[in-house]
Amino acid sequence: MIPLSWYLTFAAILFCIGLYGVLVRKNAIAILMSIELMLNSVIINLISFWRYRAPEGISGQAFAIVVFAVAAAEVSVGLALIISIYRRRKSVVAEDMNLMKW
Amino acid sequence: MTAQQIIFLVVAAVTLIAGISVVTSRNLIHSALWLILTLAGVAVFYVLLNAGFFAVIQVVVYIGAIAILFIFAVMLTRRVMQDTGPQSNSYWWLGALIALLLFAGIALIFTNWQGFKALPPVMLDQSGKLVQLGLSLVSPDKYLLPFELASVLLVAGMIGAIYVAGEKKQ
Repeated sequence: MIPLSWYLTFAAILFCIGLYGVLVRKNAIAILMSIELMLNSVIINLISFWRYRAPEGISGQAFAIVVFAVAAAEVSVGLALIISIYRRRKSVVAEDMNLMKW
Repeated sequence: MTAQQIIFLVVAAVTLIAGISVVTSRNLIHSALWLILTLAGVAVFYVLLNAGFFAVIQVVVYIGAIAILFIFAVMLTRRVMQDTGPQSNSYWWLGALIALLLFAGIALIFTNWQGFKALPPVMLDQSGKLVQLGLSLVSPDKYLLPFELASVLLVAGMIGAIYVAGEKKQ
């Protein structure tokens, strides 16, 4: 029997790794990959809370499906933006995307 | 230590090492491949959590679609960002500090919470869960509205991606 704490600790570590990647990486595609890590840890949290706190209902799984759909939409739009920026400015470095920087 | 716990620890170690490699590896293609390993490890966790349907979705949606999309995007934008030189900015220590602080905060909240060490309750109707999930996604008094909103969001994301990334004819 695995206690709930293991899943939550794992998800917290994965989220922090993703946060580190978002803050530190230069390449915009790598930043999107780190966001995927963070979203995955959120889904693990949702499903483990569903399993340990309310397994008789189904709401945790329904929320997880919505998060899946949001992740898919987010990554498609994000990569389209990066490819469009690459066409215009020949760069995928996040620091170079400063057109709207104040 | 039961077999489940050993599986959990091994998969967790592999997944976390793969996750660290995603954010530190210099070659972006390698990053994407490590990302696939991380997603596969997360799929194993869904199986351990008695949510096998999500393991299947994870493989189909994340590994099958999103990771391949990442690899295509890396290949389309490859030349500008050669794999030499530092891939992280000069404030990497600040990022690591913020991540560690966040983890410390989460750990603090968890240790003060009663249900942290809870064991899983027995699941009675395990095979009927998928039917229940499917029915709840299409019944108006449950999750029909979020489900439809998610599908509208997907269509909007698809149209937006095609419009933004498509070649404009001058």
